[in-house]
Amino acid sequence: MEKRTQFPVGWLPYALVAPQLAITIVFFIWPAAQALWQSLLVQDAFGINTEFVWFENFQALFADELYLESFRVTALFSVLVATFALSIALVLAACCDHVLRGARAYQTLIIWPYAVAPAIAAVLWTFMFNPTIGILAYGLKGIGYDWNHLLNSGQAMTLVVISALFKQIPYNFLFFLAGLQSIPKSLIEAAAIDGAGPVKRFLTIAFPLLSPTSFFLLVVNLVYAFFDTFGIIDAATQGGPSRATTTLVYKVFRDGFVGLDLGGSAAQSVILMAIVISLTVVQFRYIERKVQY
Amino acid sequence: MIEHRPGFTLFCHVLLIASIVAMAFPLYIAFVASTHTAERMVEIPIPLLPGGELLDNYTTVLKHGVAGASTAPVGRMMFNSLVMALSIAIGKIAISILSAFAIVYFRFPLKTFFFWMIFITLMLPVEVRILPTYKVVADLGLLDTYGGLTIPLIASATATFLFRQFFLTIPDELMEAARIDGASALRFFWDVVLPLSKTNIAALFVILFIYGWNQYLWPLLVTTQEDMYTVVIGIKRMIPGGDASVDWNLVMATAMLALAPPALVVLLMQRWFVKGLVDTEK
Repeated sequence: MEKRTQFPVGWLPYALVAPQLAITIVFFIWPAAQALWQSLLVQDAFGINTEFVWFENFQALFADELYLESFRVTALFSVLVATFALSIALVLAACCDHVLRGARAYQTLIIWPYAVAPAIAAVLWTFMFNPTIGILAYGLKGIGYDWNHLLNSGQAMTLVVISALFKQIPYNFLFFLAGLQSIPKSLIEAAAIDGAGPVKRFLTIAFPLLSPTSFFLLVVNLVYAFFDTFGIIDAATQGGPSRATTTLVYKVFRDGFVGLDLGGSAAQSVILMAIVISLTVVQFRYIERKVQY
Repeated sequence: MIEHRPGFTLFCHVLLIASIVAMAFPLYIAFVASTHTAERMVEIPIPLLPGGELLDNYTTVLKHGVAGASTAPVGRMMFNSLVMALSIAIGKIAISILSAFAIVYFRFPLKTFFFWMIFITLMLPVEVRILPTYKVVADLGLLDTYGGLTIPLIASATATFLFRQFFLTIPDELMEAARIDGASALRFFWDVVLPLSKTNIAALFVILFIYGWNQYLWPLLVTTQEDMYTVVIGIKRMIPGGDASVDWNLVMATAMLALAPPALVVLLMQRWFVKGLVDTEK
């Protein structure tokens, strides 16, 4: 889409896009190209000899049990985060849409955790679940359940999922609430006159009408769980115990900065790029469809 | 409200209040912890009601940081976070609005190519190109500088798209009128486009401020000196692994300080926040 008339072209438009393009090239495209190139190289421990090995790094990755394990961890983590974040937010939004009194106050009190940095959220929840002094761990011990996420991998996963939900529920809530409020009241009233109760109205009218929103949020939640939760993992569990919470992004970081495995880390970056690109494509194809509706 | 169902409405209220309490509980516990002495925080169970050390604890962390953990004073870290959040928010808005203006109001060779290059940044978050980006910043000598903290993060396809989308809705007649009156492109930008974009800028600013303040991975890579830490990564350095003794009262005071600015921005500018969130995802 373009404007009917435009300003005469001189040097000006180039100057206007220059800052954006310069940063994009230097800090985005060049490093990404480097990652692509390095993923095809093998370097010795001293960085002196470099050999071009085609796809050996990738073959090594997919033969590496640890890498496959971090794939499974990431899959489990993102499915848990997306499922709970979407369903809890949807129920809360439906409730907030139903009540008249205090709806505005409820909205404010539900969205504030969005402002909390993932790493800080992880610090807050880790403190609550601290095996020695955490108030929740203490309460769980009171009812006979031993909590120690430093040793138990299931509990460690629970901890990072809860910390991730803390930020994502408010986000989903806002979008669901906006979606619910845009449903024409006449539809709901007609159903009510026909004798449908609130639950039935929600399931047969609101829920189907929200499906585009839900699908969009699903993609956003997956991207969030994949890429934006590094701070949570690093602050809460450092990927442990015994790699039970080492997601793909956390592993790239560990292998690159702690393990200094350049080729392997670059190959992991390339795989992650492929994942983001496919998620972005899905998101944009879907949005185009929404525009046509 | 369509019909009167007191039972169901009550159920909704109860559910909402329960979840609000569940979300606020960690915040309350952290606040309570930040008002006690370090000794009180290792007695089990930990206190559930505020103590009297509030001022002492907050002054200590702001001025001196947490003893034992080699970190700068939290006041300094808050300043770094503020610089980072403001530079990212203002920088992103500035470069995006300029490039969107060029893309909408000019027809020049390579325009589509430039547009796609900006679009590609959407698919390359820091997390997927950690090592090479770090190397570029190191080669440019930007480690441990505000430039290194902010410049790599201010290219943004989302903000450019948002402004482009908005500019396309500005009536063409405004531009024609401006041109008939002899206004140059820059004058039109300054006197017409910029004032019209005010609400979009405000909404975007709120979202980007939170985004910048809450950055974790990038400051972790780029800063090695304590006095360049942002508060979000500083707090992590205060919690050593294992069972080493931690001054939980001071750590929680730092947590409260770290989350207060973005939380206040959301609460005080809720309208802009909601608009920004919904707009940037379109």
